[in-house]
Amino acid sequence: MKNVMTLVALAGQPNCGKSTLFNSLTGASQHVANYPGVTVEKMSGAYRYEGMKTEVVDLPGTYSLTSYSLEERVSRDFLLHDKPSVVVNVVDASNLKRNLYLTFQLLEMEIPVILNLNMMDVARRRGIDIDTNELSRRLGALVVPTTIKTGKGKNDLLKSIQSASRPEQNYEPLRIDYGSMEPFLSRVQEMLSESGDPSYPLRWLSVKLMEGDTEARKLIEKQLSNANELLEFVEKQRGNFESQNEEKSERHIAFSRYLAADTISKYCVRTVTGPTVPLSDKVDRVLCNRYLGPVILLGVIWLLYELSIVQGYKLTSYTWPFLAQLRELTAFIMPDPGFVWEPLIRSFSLWFVDSINALLNYIPIFFILFGLIAILEDIGYMPRMAFILDRLFRRFGLHGQSTLPMVLGGVFVGGCAVPGIMSTKGIPDERARFATILIIPMLNCLAKTPLYILMINNYFPEHKGMAMVFVATITILMALPIAKILTLTLLKGKETAPFIMEMPPYHLPTIRGVVGRAVERVWLYIKKIVTIVAAVAVILFVLLQFPGLNKERRAHYETMANTAREAFYKKIKGNAYAAQIPEDKLMDLVLYAGDYKNARMGVKKKEKAKAIDMKFAEKNPLFFKFIKPQKDKDARKVNRALKKLISARKKILREIKKEKIDNSYLGVMGRWIKPATQWAGFSWRVNVALLSAFAAKESSVATLGALYQQDEGNESLEKRMKEKEIGFTSLHALALMLFMALYPPCIAAAIMIKVQTGSANWMLFSMIIPTILGLSVASLVFTGGTLLNLSGLQAMFIFYGLALAATIGTGLIKNKTDYM
Amino acid sequence: MTLDNIKPGCECVVKKVNAQGKLDQRLMDMGLYPGLMIKVIRNAPLKDPMELELDGFYLSLRHEEASYVEVCRR
Repeated sequence: MKNVMTLVALAGQPNCGKSTLFNSLTGASQHVANYPGVTVEKMSGAYRYEGMKTEVVDLPGTYSLTSYSLEERVSRDFLLHDKPSVVVNVVDASNLKRNLYLTFQLLEMEIPVILNLNMMDVARRRGIDIDTNELSRRLGALVVPTTIKTGKGKNDLLKSIQSASRPEQNYEPLRIDYGSMEPFLSRVQEMLSESGDPSYPLRWLSVKLMEGDTEARKLIEKQLSNANELLEFVEKQRGNFESQNEEKSERHIAFSRYLAADTISKYCVRTVTGPTVPLSDKVDRVLCNRYLGPVILLGVIWLLYELSIVQGYKLTSYTWPFLAQLRELTAFIMPDPGFVWEPLIRSFSLWFVDSINALLNYIPIFFILFGLIAILEDIGYMPRMAFILDRLFRRFGLHGQSTLPMVLGGVFVGGCAVPGIMSTKGIPDERARFATILIIPMLNCLAKTPLYILMINNYFPEHKGMAMVFVATITILMALPIAKILTLTLLKGKETAPFIMEMPPYHLPTIRGVVGRAVERVWLYIKKIVTIVAAVAVILFVLLQFPGLNKERRAHYETMANTAREAFYKKIKGNAYAAQIPEDKLMDLVLYAGDYKNARMGVKKKEKAKAIDMKFAEKNPLFFKFIKPQKDKDARKVNRALKKLISARKKILREIKKEKIDNSYLGVMGRWIKPATQWAGFSWRVNVALLSAFAAKESSVATLGALYQQDEGNESLEKRMKEKEIGFTSLHALALMLFMALYPPCIAAAIMIKVQTGSANWMLFSMIIPTILGLSVASLVFTGGTLLNLSGLQAMFIFYGLALAATIGTGLIKNKTDYM
Repeated sequence: MTLDNIKPGCECVVKKVNAQGKLDQRLMDMGLYPGLMIKVIRNAPLKDPMELELDGFYLSLRHEEASYVEVCRR
């Protein structure tokens, strides 16, 4: 039987150390998928013990196995249909009584259960002593004590899994005594067994039916021909029971379980020391304090930003050279550029590498961010965050647990929607979860910032600080009312859930756990996002490059190039070096000069500069003379002519690029949508920039840079834009910033929305609505502002006031809760 | 008297849970059954939600949800 793979499921209540056990068992061989048809993640992995391969599935942490929450339904379906050979029920040893509530439900499902008493160290420290033999005898299941964090007891657990998965094991599992309900249960069970075999444990099914469990009813409807008759019978039994006992059946069942747990814990658990105030509660006196709590929360958020976004960004200056090398390598492999025409394969490869690099560049930031989040999760701070802010968010149809996603998405400035949307997973309330997902793209992600800075520097130079505060806070003032409106309308029918949330004790995080999780999430990001961005980069390249220039225009640029070359030769006529630079070597010289300039760029140390000089002199002593002519008169002449030639070439290249974009499909689209965007004051150039931002928002500024080509010298983009866009006022800038704030999610975020909502329709919705909304807001501000003859600053104040009023106004409307 | 009226620092015993459906089930799954002693630990900085201790276990819930739990003060 060595080749048969054993299937083991890990089940347990939240905060019992289940994921630690899962990581410890499976190590690096983990695999994340979704349970069929739902967005709940299914974690699985495998390990080998004494030559036997075992597959492990980590079920979601749940307190119970009812049909009220998605996680519980998923866990239950897995246990019923995938029939694992063993269920390891991970239990917090210091909280056995409460954990047994789930254990009983697992035992009822008639799958061999191993009770894993985890976190024995904590229990011992609290003076809790558990008689494992007695516990095992009473439960009719193997009991294995462990402290997985330190690896203690892991071997025993592996051994027990192996022995328990053998069918010859026979344990008589505990049967909960449901007291006065027993006769009703046996009647239902009898009726079930007469109706044929529904292939589920009969006692379990009877209990569930008496509980009024909707999913159990569905199972019956699917499997049995006399379903209607049977369900009617069950309803009658429930009614009879309730009138006889004056108690609801489901409550009686839950109470019986607690009673049994109480009995068992009385016989098996001995608390040596008296009750003390646990350390966690002492910590919470500070962290959840009325005044200190919010201050500390702000501090934690600030630290999160500071360490990941500010410090992480600094770190990218160390990692960037590696990415730059990748680009250089690509440039080296590809065919050399011509004097004016670049081979298509070269421009494509470089574009592609640039697009990917732009995202890979964020990896240090993400690594730190994910690491910090993992620390906060492991410590147990997340529920406290939700506790402090729930009241505020609930006013807008959101949930206390929306805090983290919104922080990640960039509540103020500088987040990223992708991890933000990823982290909405834990929100139990479907309506709040969807609302959170949909507003995260409207927050200020890192990539929106460059455009803000450009606009503010350019059009609000005297009120920079104020304008910055405006963009940093206006997004949340727009997002909250939108969330509220969504929950009152489209999301009205989504399931809601009560807030009831455990406040787990604080724990010290482990380095392994934190780094492991950070690596895993970064990897997920790379896999999911980079592949998609790569595909979009290709499409965008085509849209920007084609149809390209026509014959006439090509000829026009050829002539320009020839003129430049002729001018060069005219200048060095009669020069001692003239004969040594034939026409077919000229391009080599131009490239050589370019390489040299790149190599020396940013090099300040004398020795380093000298080494570069030496290298280039060695590579081509003749060309080097033209770049560093020293006192050689003729060489200096060549140097001057070369400089002119290079700048002439640059000018031609820029013009070609600009004309290409003007003519490109994207340029045509930019003009085409102008009728829609003119009310917002966007020129077709701005449209092109906004369209190109679709794949990744950083592109907006880069495209603007290409569109507002510089003619001479090194004027900054700010200055160039001011010159080219005559009549572009601070009101235009304000409208543009507001549109950027509400810009639809980038492709990466859109895909994440699809993953987390499990539907392509919501993804489309998340892209269309912000576009319409953004355009309306921008048009309102621009057209309204123009009509009222407002300056950008005045319009800014008025709009801020309106947004604030909308936030307060929508906050006063009450959402209906329907979790009853 | 219902649970949402209990002040932080006070203890009470659950008498009856008046909730239905999902809320009822959640409250039961978290162990709020008649006879249980509850200590209200604190309110959140914005007053809602509240934190409870039941038998060494800490739980937070909204006042609105707590209003379905009938208690008597000890």
